[in-house]
Amino acid sequence: MVKKSVERIYLSLIFLFLYLPIAVLIILSFNNSKTKVQWGGFTLKWYKNLFSTSSIMEAFWTTILISLASALIATLLGTLAALGIDAMKKRNQAIMVGATNIPLLNADIVTGLSMMLLFVRFTRLGIGTVLIAHITFNIPYVILNVLPKLKQSSRTAYEAALDLGATPMYAFFKIVWPQISPGVFSGFLMAMTMSLDDFSVTYFTKGAGINTLSTMIYTEMRKGIRPEMYALSTILFLLAFVLLLFMNFGPSAHKDKNGT
Amino acid sequence: MFNLKRQLLSGPYLLWMVGFILMPVVMILYYAFTTTSGHFTLLNITSIFASIHMKSLFLSLKLALACTAICLALSYPLAMILNNMKQRSQGFIVFIFILPMWMNFMLRILAWKLLLSNNGVINMVLEAIGLPGLDVLNTPSAVVFCMVYDFLPFMILPIYNAMSRIQQDIIEAARDLGAGTATIFFKIIVPLTMPGVISGIIMVFVPALTSFAISDLLGGGKVLLIGNVIEQAFMQEYNWNLGSGLSLVLMVFVIASMALMSSKGEKGGASVW
Repeated sequence: MVKKSVERIYLSLIFLFLYLPIAVLIILSFNNSKTKVQWGGFTLKWYKNLFSTSSIMEAFWTTILISLASALIATLLGTLAALGIDAMKKRNQAIMVGATNIPLLNADIVTGLSMMLLFVRFTRLGIGTVLIAHITFNIPYVILNVLPKLKQSSRTAYEAALDLGATPMYAFFKIVWPQISPGVFSGFLMAMTMSLDDFSVTYFTKGAGINTLSTMIYTEMRKGIRPEMYALSTILFLLAFVLLLFMNFGPSAHKDKNGT
Repeated sequence: MFNLKRQLLSGPYLLWMVGFILMPVVMILYYAFTTTSGHFTLLNITSIFASIHMKSLFLSLKLALACTAICLALSYPLAMILNNMKQRSQGFIVFIFILPMWMNFMLRILAWKLLLSNNGVINMVLEAIGLPGLDVLNTPSAVVFCMVYDFLPFMILPIYNAMSRIQQDIIEAARDLGAGTATIFFKIIVPLTMPGVISGIIMVFVPALTSFAISDLLGGGKVLLIGNVIEQAFMQEYNWNLGSGLSLVLMVFVIASMALMSSKGEKGGASVW
């Protein structure tokens, strides 16, 4: 009995530690006073203002655009790469996987800086360079999700299909694809999450003029946060909550237990 | 023939890899070993021994170790409690502890700043119950607090996963053979969760060692980690050669600590079988 209540208290303390900061953000988004922690009555005006604050909305859409586009391109390149790597000799496979791990193992700050050094030689920093950088650090997540699925999948079925006269394309989509698609899907999701959350790499490769949410909050924290940010963070938290709830407990949750 | 054709599928990625993974590393190496006028030098690397750089490096190591230790101390009991729960409630509770990870990294820092600031929530609560206020913002403690907050899920997840893979039969067998709770814990649970602990340590230690945003925003310019020194060398002093040299040193530190940990991990994992 005592053990049980100690466990409960411990869980609640960690829960408090994790959620108190988020609760503060949410409460402030309904706070009518502009100063940080004085409660000035309930209001929804920051939510209303949010949608007409063009700089925040622009950063929001840039973030969405970059994470969607980079995750899509990374998924395409990464899946093709995994198919190719899977067909290689053991030694070449090891080399490819080793090189793929570099952006994963490297510190974000070094990844960002080293790409900036390369980009400024050839082009101006902007949304294009951010996109390239995000694709680069996203590809490994896709490959590392797809490759194990390929290793598990049976080779003989594919070869049998070819022997029976299926074109490679047809055989791929009928036999290989269904076996690797959970890996491709979770690779895509992981890539998108990483891209949404990234600050360091974006910070060094973005140049002046464009902002993602992360870099915008970073600059605002130094000169003062607009209360509309709290409204946005509440919305983002709710979105994450619903999305994660759906992924964990939604109808398709049980299909993909191994992938995530 | 078919094999070769299929290998060609990785062609686009190979080009991408050479262009955007290997080339940037080459660029960093080039800048690290040259002066602004392009002559070979080792000064950018050896400048890590300058006392201010040494001080930041040691501070970074100290804070990263503290953060990793706190995360481990918090996560291990948590993972055990979660693992012992009834199957039905378990999924949802694990979900609750993972959810904050999905908050944007910067927003989590912002939230901590609001909590810790002098007229922030924690001080208001302390004042209300008559305790003296804390003055932690702009100190290394604030930075460690926030790092723990940011990286805790990276420790919880791998340990929890390792723990949930332990088969109950093994524990019951040990109990049948007369092992006590302590023996079971040290002889079975700890060794079997070691791989999870190791990957948790790596996943917390590396970002903590190399982060610059947290110390920048919560340290008030007074907590200079090695990441801040590098960032300032690039963005404020425009000394790319020095910045690259220090980045290279940081890279070596990251790789060394990972090699150290994963060699320990393999040993720990192998000793079980």
